[in-house]
Amino acid sequence: MTVEAREARQPWILLSPTLLVVTLLLFVPLLFIVVYSFWLRTATGADEVGFFLDNWQEALGDPFYRDILLNTLKIAAITTVVCAAAGYPAAYFIARSKGNKALLLLLLMLPFWVSYIIRTMSWINILGVSGALNTFLMWTGVINEPIQMLYNEATVILGLVHFLMPFMILNIFVSLDGIDRNLEDAANSLGATRIQGFREVTLPLSLPGLAAGGLLCFVLAAGTYITPLVLGGPTDAMFANLVFEAIITQLNWPLGSALSLMLLVILGVLVLLYNHFLGMAQLMKGLG
Amino acid sequence: MRAPVVLLINNAGCWTLNAVSLTDIVKQFGDFTAVHRMSLDIAEGGFVTLLGPSGCGKTTTLRMIAGLLDPTEGEIAIKGKRVNEVPIHRRNLGLVFQNYALFPHKTVADNIAFGLKYRSVPRAERTAKVKEALDLVQLPHVADRYPRELSGGQQQRIALARAIVIEPDVLLLDEPLSALDANLREDMRVELKRIQHRIGVTTVFVTHDQSEALAMSDEIIVMSAGRVEQAGPPEAVYNTPASEFVARFLGASNVVEAQCTGRDGQEIVVENADLGKLIIPADRGPLIKAKGPVKLVIRAEKLALAGPGAAESATNIAAKVEAVDYQGQAARYFIRVGDLQLQAINMIDTSPHSEGAYVSVGVRPRDCTVLPGGGE
Repeated sequence: MTVEAREARQPWILLSPTLLVVTLLLFVPLLFIVVYSFWLRTATGADEVGFFLDNWQEALGDPFYRDILLNTLKIAAITTVVCAAAGYPAAYFIARSKGNKALLLLLLMLPFWVSYIIRTMSWINILGVSGALNTFLMWTGVINEPIQMLYNEATVILGLVHFLMPFMILNIFVSLDGIDRNLEDAANSLGATRIQGFREVTLPLSLPGLAAGGLLCFVLAAGTYITPLVLGGPTDAMFANLVFEAIITQLNWPLGSALSLMLLVILGVLVLLYNHFLGMAQLMKGLG
Repeated sequence: MRAPVVLLINNAGCWTLNAVSLTDIVKQFGDFTAVHRMSLDIAEGGFVTLLGPSGCGKTTTLRMIAGLLDPTEGEIAIKGKRVNEVPIHRRNLGLVFQNYALFPHKTVADNIAFGLKYRSVPRAERTAKVKEALDLVQLPHVADRYPRELSGGQQQRIALARAIVIEPDVLLLDEPLSALDANLREDMRVELKRIQHRIGVTTVFVTHDQSEALAMSDEIIVMSAGRVEQAGPPEAVYNTPASEFVARFLGASNVVEAQCTGRDGQEIVVENADLGKLIIPADRGPLIKAKGPVKLVIRAEKLALAGPGAAESATNIAAKVEAVDYQGQAARYFIRVGDLQLQAINMIDTSPHSEGAYVSVGVRPRDCTVLPGGGE
């Protein structure tokens, strides 16, 4: 075998374990779900094998699903915007700090060592009726009766922001850290104030990181079901809760499959859109 | 509070203003003092080089002039006005970095126009000035390209165009040639000097490369460990080093311990066990006030080697060639004179002296420099 042929084969040999796992654990099950979505659950509780469009008609046509889908996208969007607005300054601070960058990044990773569910449930101890905040407010005399702060849309968003912020900060940080500091100095020397220099140079060059963080936050937020389950009220169900409900509670696997595929397609389109724009961003990044 | 404007009279008798004045500048980073009480005046239109090894404080000094660092003590004035409190974006300086620092997401034209935009130059005039700047750096066709589409040398020309298009009061160059490869570096050196001469902008150039400093500067400030070792025109700094550091840093020098055994207004008598007695003009050792230990500095290219049979003269010293470093038109010899090993760089006439050959070394007393010795 020639050297070239060996080199051409090498990536495939190295990738094969991963490809095997991805195929068996992701593509094959996904295919099952696609097939499932065209079956039909009958009144007896058994699934009828065949090619039925009933699930799809229900998933796409029922305003109940549509409203929850729109609400899910809205919550994901708000979460993403809050993460970006609050995460950018933090990322900037870490990227520009001298010396203790590693420590700051370690602190950023720290929450990942605690289970996401526990982190989410910790809000009950903080915001609950007998939680820390209510106890404190009652002790100071600001309120006489504990306030119910939990179980609404705001706490769902709070929980999601809490969960997703590190992802956003990390992505923006990586992008900012790669920007040559001389660029800001050059902009300032040419007459731009620090804010103008940031707006014209640093911000545009960090957009790829902001976009990557945004995508990650949005996709993870839109697909979550634990946060609304723990911190949301009865009317705060998100789309993934419907999938959970259909599959686990009602045992209606065909409908659940159709619903989950719907969410998958919507988020998939988003990823494709991002890819399209990332191409442009990479173009702008150039040598920076 | 504004410092009084300092007026000087230059050679032509005109009133001129120092473009840059540093007065007793100190810069400390924590406990570390990067610049020790430095004072420096740079005349309008001058090309001044801060030369020294890394860590000598030259870049720190440049960054203080630029406004990227605040001096711990002292005053910085540009065109006679104190600028310590003036932020960088209002100092009107052109800054060129070693890594070019072009904005990667902007075209060449937008890069160059950046400073004009913040000076509220009208759009039409901006375009004309960008074109003019591109012509000046001899890259008229790259306006619509992105920096990454240009070679390193071209990027550095654009960086220079971006810095000078704003007509800065001072052009600050931070090792602008160091990232380029050797041939290009020499071309850019000539090019940079041509452009600087053409627009007449006062320039402060930071480098660790002595040949760049010698080739380009009106004045060289040699720095070491945060202090100025010597300041003066290239020839003076090269030929009359004021310290052993300068002698060793610029070019190849032999520094030999010797004794001053006599001195009057005209001559200094210097003796060394291996080199014998040398009678050196007094102006070659202005710091020598009395008899005692001295350091004798002889540039490698001032030691002339001659083959056996050459005419003997007063300063001819017998030596043996220990190693030869052939360099094409010249050769560097390591020669042994008694206990001393000396370097000599000689042009090659026919063929170089070979290793192990016995030669006689000629040295002219006026090519030597005498520095105070012992103290260290």
